[in-house]
Amino acid sequence: MGSNYDDVSFTDYTLGQEELEKIEHVLEENLIKSGVHSVLLIDMAGNIIAQRDNGSCDHDLYSLAALASANFAAVDTMAKIVGEEEFSLLFHKGENQNIHFSKVNVEFLLITIFGKKVSLGLLRLKVAEAVEKIGNVWNQ
Amino acid sequence: MAFVNMKSKEVQAKVVYYGPGRGGKTTNLEYIYSKFRERIKSDMVSIKTHGDRTLFFDFLPFDIGKIMGYDVKIQLYTVPGQVKYDATRRLVLKGVDGMVFVADSQVEQRKKNVLSLKNLQENLAMYKKSIFKVPLVLQYNKRDLEKEGVSLLPLETLEKDLNSQLKVPSFPGSAVTGENVVPTMKKIISLTMTSLQNVLK
Repeated sequence: MGSNYDDVSFTDYTLGQEELEKIEHVLEENLIKSGVHSVLLIDMAGNIIAQRDNGSCDHDLYSLAALASANFAAVDTMAKIVGEEEFSLLFHKGENQNIHFSKVNVEFLLITIFGKKVSLGLLRLKVAEAVEKIGNVWNQ
Repeated sequence: MAFVNMKSKEVQAKVVYYGPGRGGKTTNLEYIYSKFRERIKSDMVSIKTHGDRTLFFDFLPFDIGKIMGYDVKIQLYTVPGQVKYDATRRLVLKGVDGMVFVADSQVEQRKKNVLSLKNLQENLAMYKKSIFKVPLVLQYNKRDLEKEGVSLLPLETLEKDLNSQLKVPSFPGSAVTGENVVPTMKKIISLTMTSLQNVLK
């Protein structure tokens, strides 16, 4: 099959313990302390990279990650069909819980679950800050 | 594209069940779910149409214990088999570590099996993966129908059609009765873990 194919089936990215701790710190400081219920950093294949919550969430996170990555990929494909590069705001509003999706880079997604106490505007601001900080962890 | 979490000492790997529509991929997962109910903490996720066809995927996370000091979580997925759902099928394949191809043994499904396997090869190639390198197991499903008088393809024919070049492990099985469902899964998990271990070293 030649060199057109990848032999290695591990993720292209590697994250050591130190980097994971930095990312978890960002999730905690930027999002959980702002009133977010639960936050997940996942990759596009649906793996959970890092996770933080406020201690009172009992969601099935592995299923959530699988569905979130698939949902994001489906919406991304829809965007391309209608001629958009991507849809920049991905947000689902519920009665008590809301879910916000944010692309960190080609490989990662940040999923945030929050309630009524956090406004969408504040959340987007905090998420944007967190995304930038997480990006810096890689670039170091 | 398994993910290794060095901090929590956890490996997440993705195994996808592929094959023609109505071939028994979802039934494989449903059997595994019922068999290992006490070991699977979360519910099986299924995104179906009203006609009970898989629209996007089924998802079943499965803890298999420790390997080389790591907690290993296998995420079992199915794809929709119907030809028209190719776009969603492709999305599910992203980051796949191991594959089970569930073929339908019924005589009239012969062509559909071959087309679906070809489609798998094409879709894997889009992710720069070769069907000859990805851990793969074949299952010749619906063998139980023989007793009902349904004409089935002989195993030799299925081997010749689907496995003459691949030469991967294959199992005659029945997802409905559970025959060889667990051995199929165990085989693909062991092949997947072996390929990951080779990279881990």
